Amino acid sequence: MNIVVCVKQVPDTATERKLRSDDNTLDRDAADGVVNELDEYAVEEALRLKEAHGGEVTVLTMGPDKAADTIRKALAMGADKAVHLVDDALHGSDALSTSYAMAQTLKKIGFDLVILGSESTDARTGVLAAMLAERLGVAQLTLANKVEVEGSAVTIQRVTDYGYDKVQGSLPAVISVVEKINEPRYPSFKGIMAAKKKPVQKLGAAEAELAADQIGLGAAWSEVTEAAAAPPRAAGTVVKDEGDGGVKTADFLSSKKFI
Amino acid sequence: MPASRVMPTRESADLIEVVRDLAARELAPRVAKAEEDEDFPRDVFTTLGAMGVLGLPYPEEYGGGGQPYEVYLQVLEEIARVWSSVAVGTSVHVLSCFGLVGFGTEEQRRAWLPDMLGGGLLGAYCLSEPHAGSDPAAMTTRAVREGDEYVLNGAKAWTTHGGRADFYQVMARTSDERTGISCFLVPAGAEGLSADPPERKMGLTGSPTATMRLDNVRIPADRRIGEEGGGLRIALAALDSGRLGIAAAATGLAQGALDVAVDYARQRTTFGRPIIEHQGLAFLLADMEAAVQSARAMTLHAARLKDLGRPFGREASIAKMVATDNAMKVTTDAVQVLGGYGYTRDFPVERHMREAKVMQIFEGTNQIQRLVISRALARDAGAPIGVAGAGQD
Repeated sequence: MNIVVCVKQVPDTATERKLRSDDNTLDRDAADGVVNELDEYAVEEALRLKEAHGGEVTVLTMGPDKAADTIRKALAMGADKAVHLVDDALHGSDALSTSYAMAQTLKKIGFDLVILGSESTDARTGVLAAMLAERLGVAQLTLANKVEVEGSAVTIQRVTDYGYDKVQGSLPAVISVVEKINEPRYPSFKGIMAAKKKPVQKLGAAEAELAADQIGLGAAWSEVTEAAAAPPRAAGTVVKDEGDGGVKTADFLSSKKFI
Repeated sequence: MPASRVMPTRESADLIEVVRDLAARELAPRVAKAEEDEDFPRDVFTTLGAMGVLGLPYPEEYGGGGQPYEVYLQVLEEIARVWSSVAVGTSVHVLSCFGLVGFGTEEQRRAWLPDMLGGGLLGAYCLSEPHAGSDPAAMTTRAVREGDEYVLNGAKAWTTHGGRADFYQVMARTSDERTGISCFLVPAGAEGLSADPPERKMGLTGSPTATMRLDNVRIPADRRIGEEGGGLRIALAALDSGRLGIAAAATGLAQGALDVAVDYARQRTTFGRPIIEHQGLAFLLADMEAAVQSARAMTLHAARLKDLGRPFGREASIAKMVATDNAMKVTTDAVQVLGGYGYTRDFPVERHMREAKVMQIFEGTNQIQRLVISRALARDAGAPIGVAGAGQD
């Protein structure tokens, strides 16, 4: 099975994250880049599927040069090779144009299964899997906390507010995963050493045959017009127990629709 | 704040990242409770083994990572920053493989090292005895050759992982000459080998330390490592490397305490300002930072000498002494920075302080280190200038 796992480099959530003052896009130099956490679960799931069914795991990332760190980590975990879509023209791409660029690349490199995290911790749109499936014309299986492949049938448990739905599709397919799906492995030192020798193909916009008017900030359908720091947390509500503390607490929770 | 580091290769830098990640996600949430409950985290060593940390400084052909001490010690330091017991345990394990790697026959290495370095097994090192600590040549544990076997009798004190290890590197007397000591690799299941109840220690309570009893323990003669009578040489060489491990562990421990103190001093306000802006505490913190960085620099200097194949015993002793004395001071001052809170068990710095103390004692007390350093001053000539990467010039 030919599995492509999409990973994204995001600013470390533990550090202060900023937008650039000139175009309100993410300031990728302001914070350390790390692998989007949910994508590590996607890599792990891809590796487990490969271990169970054979085949190959290719890492696909779109991002600036320093996203190579993210590729290296996925390769150190055990992926076989990588494709790095990198071009200044891609800067500022929104979800729609990102899905276009990645779908074009996926068509080029071929796949039976595409796996990715259900959202990234930077933009948090959570729509890429659906958009990719639509653009590629393949089955869309999102928010999976369990994946099973049998022959050409792929079945997932899709997490819902009330439990899960069982959703089945046939390969090729796009799957997005949630953090309950597995426990990502740590790369071993042998894996880190092996990653050095694994092939990484760099593709520019032209090589990926991307139309210039479909990518980058100019092609974006959404625009960040303003950003403000989160307001400081307001003082909480203190319930003083005068014999009716329980009732007051319940009223408060009810007013917030917690109960 | 993580320490700034210069790593020799991209791969070693990636390894540091992975170890930091593991320490933050797997060790940090567990350390306080495990230390309080005196609960040995055996599974953590399995994880570190799978990652390749337990065999990191040994040759790849036997399952090691083939990394210089410069890299191995920085990994150890990152572990110690979060969990000293685990770093000390790793250092002891690496030490317990030292004899076989350096002095074993090819056949012995091929037979045993892959499991020892690959992380499946955990090692322990039996040198000290109840009445022979700083003076190992005074040991009385005896190994008597009987045909194809050795029969071992005696007691070994202060054994880290005692009762929990899978194998023990044991030093025992094979003749009455003062230096008539040999090195043996004793499997945990050997009949007659037993562990006393663990010591009730002041710190490093997540790491079991016990006296091992050898009561007519019979092992095949091919489990002797090196020549008969060559044990003391192995023990002393191992100690030089072990001292570097403890220097790194102490540096990491001090870094961990410093990080807690700085974090606290930035947040805690008195007289309308964060306490780090009051000069009295600010200078205390500056001294702590200088102590940690000095310890790291000295440790890595000694490591680089070792990696070049140069004599490094004096520098290892200096690193061990400086790093552990500094760790004692830094952790004590971290308690001071946190004030009353620092004295409670709800904050980690009182534990750091208890953990630092033993580091001035084990792997050669700091008085012994001063002896080693002063003897080197009396004896050694100056050393030529080394060139990293150029091998021995």
